Amino acid sequence: MRVEYITGNTAIAEASIVAGLKFYAGYPITPSSDIFEYLARELPKHGGHVIQFEDEIASINAVIGASWACAKAMTATSGPGFSLMLEALSLAVMTETPLVIAYVMRTGPSTGVPTRAGQFDILQATYGFHGGLTIPVLAASTPQEAYDLTVKAFNISEMLRTPVVLLSDATVAHTYGKVVMRERGELEIVERVKPSVPPERYRPYEPVKGHVPAMACFGDGYNVLVESLTHDERGYYAPRTDVQRKLMWRLHRKIADSAPELFDYSATGLDGCEYAFISYGSTALSAQVAAKMLRERGHRVGLLKLKTLYPIYEEGIRKLVSSARKIFVIENNVGLYYRELRGVLRDKEVVSVPIIDIDLPQPQEILEVVKQWL
Amino acid sequence: MAVAHPLDGYLRTDRIPTMWCPGCGLGIVLGTLLRAVDRRIREGSLRRENVGFAGGIGCTARMTLYPLFDSAHVIHGRAIPFALAVKVVKPEMKMIVVGGDGDIAAIGGNHILHTIRRNADLMVVMVNNMIYGMTGGQQAPTTPKGLYTTTTPYGNPERAINMVKLAEALGANYVARGSVTHPQLLEQFFYRALGKRGLAFVEVISTCPELFGRHIGFRSPTDLYMEIRKRVIVKAKPSVEESDYSWEKGFVIGEFLERDEPGFVDIIYEYLNKIQRGGSR
Repeated sequence: MRVEYITGNTAIAEASIVAGLKFYAGYPITPSSDIFEYLARELPKHGGHVIQFEDEIASINAVIGASWACAKAMTATSGPGFSLMLEALSLAVMTETPLVIAYVMRTGPSTGVPTRAGQFDILQATYGFHGGLTIPVLAASTPQEAYDLTVKAFNISEMLRTPVVLLSDATVAHTYGKVVMRERGELEIVERVKPSVPPERYRPYEPVKGHVPAMACFGDGYNVLVESLTHDERGYYAPRTDVQRKLMWRLHRKIADSAPELFDYSATGLDGCEYAFISYGSTALSAQVAAKMLRERGHRVGLLKLKTLYPIYEEGIRKLVSSARKIFVIENNVGLYYRELRGVLRDKEVVSVPIIDIDLPQPQEILEVVKQWL
Repeated sequence: MAVAHPLDGYLRTDRIPTMWCPGCGLGIVLGTLLRAVDRRIREGSLRRENVGFAGGIGCTARMTLYPLFDSAHVIHGRAIPFALAVKVVKPEMKMIVVGGDGDIAAIGGNHILHTIRRNADLMVVMVNNMIYGMTGGQQAPTTPKGLYTTTTPYGNPERAINMVKLAEALGANYVARGSVTHPQLLEQFFYRALGKRGLAFVEVISTCPELFGRHIGFRSPTDLYMEIRKRVIVKAKPSVEESDYSWEKGFVIGEFLERDEPGFVDIIYEYLNKIQRGGSR
């Protein structure tokens, strides 16, 4: 264990190395590029490859290929790059390929403000790819969380054979903070389940542990099939309703049923609170200050900072804010996660507090909005 | 009970017959490719478990469904980065990318460009049937000028891309063009390509009787096959300058060039080893 004063981007890079990263493919994009640069310097010392590809599309497809060669693999990007990766992300979902995408958000559609933060892409992160399934999405608000959640992202990807998105933003990316970094032996590191049957009996899409199939790699002698088409357990294309139903429900439940296990959050003052703030990512830092200011003025305000945005563990969230009379969802966009939570908390009064700021929303500004509802 | 075929040991026989139309050239491509692989395995220069296939989308990419090897059928145009990553992580693999002209030269254009530039250790087989077959006979970047396609109903106004010249210009180690009308030669090119380090690019002139031939007036697969055979010009050592083709001029086939420059994998492992030994810039 060691403690260093580093940025959120460096924390992601460091954590990916300790999680066992062996292949990084990327294309430069602000504000994620220093993850790439850091890994280009450090990962080869740990026997891993870092390759700059011709675009984000090649990068994510290479990450998928590397994962099928049994290397833990990752890329980092921002909104425009992630948009380019979406088709391949759908392939990764369909072929149940473990991989991690560090998604360092910048603000605005199109080119927006490349160097500054926003939280406009949270829906794209999980719903962006075609096919209507979801993938786990984690959100970091500090360099320490960026570190811890990167390790967690790799573990989830290996455990569930799924792509995982780790959300950060320009503020977290370039803010320095104290980070406790652990050595490999001090952390729980999950590895994918390998086949326990001989090659002739191996089926690459037959679940062996819950909804998750075992994964053989290229070169292992298992004649694996990576199949983008709707496939049966063997990986054979089967354009039939029964096969599509079985596959879609399994892929859906694989993630949805894991919601309680994947749920991560931090709670402040939620017990017996009258008002609850729900926030995530860098905006949660401002929400935390705003909540404290209100508590000092005698209001019973708690904060639920979500570190897992998807899958949504509805019961878990409901339980945590059960005492609150009113719930405020504070985020740096037009109220996107509020749309998710108003369904989850449908028997409560849920108020959207969307504050658009290319830096951190000011706590004072949050108070201005919240005050009129207290 | 089907009669055993000499290549059955290399095929997922439970998936045969293939999805290809009767008269399609792709069966010849798969047959010659597997015979070349078989020769390499028999002579001991290739291990079976180290052979892997990758394809994107299209009739040619579906070739990945049939061989009994590690195989990836991925998304349109992106088989090359997938295969390259497998090769980087497991350099003992011989990765064979199979794709149509749309998969490799159109949507996958950026990847083939940079993969040749890297002299990446891949064998890329681009089957050129001059049309988008799977989607219904639309224009391809390889469609000869003037020919009818469903998206150029008044005749293709564009000129065709010449991938042989591209591969030469960007520094591939092996560049050949074969044709399904000359299977023995094609098998020989595949065999040679399998033995190369760096990038080996083999273009294969092929037939699409259903959505190319029939649309331009050839009523049966054999008519189109014989027509293409007539337009194929076999040369022992053709120059790259001779590789431009048109429907009128015909298609020169042969081995256009051979080099033995270090491949991408050699270079990046050397780079990795240098860093691990503590070397700096």
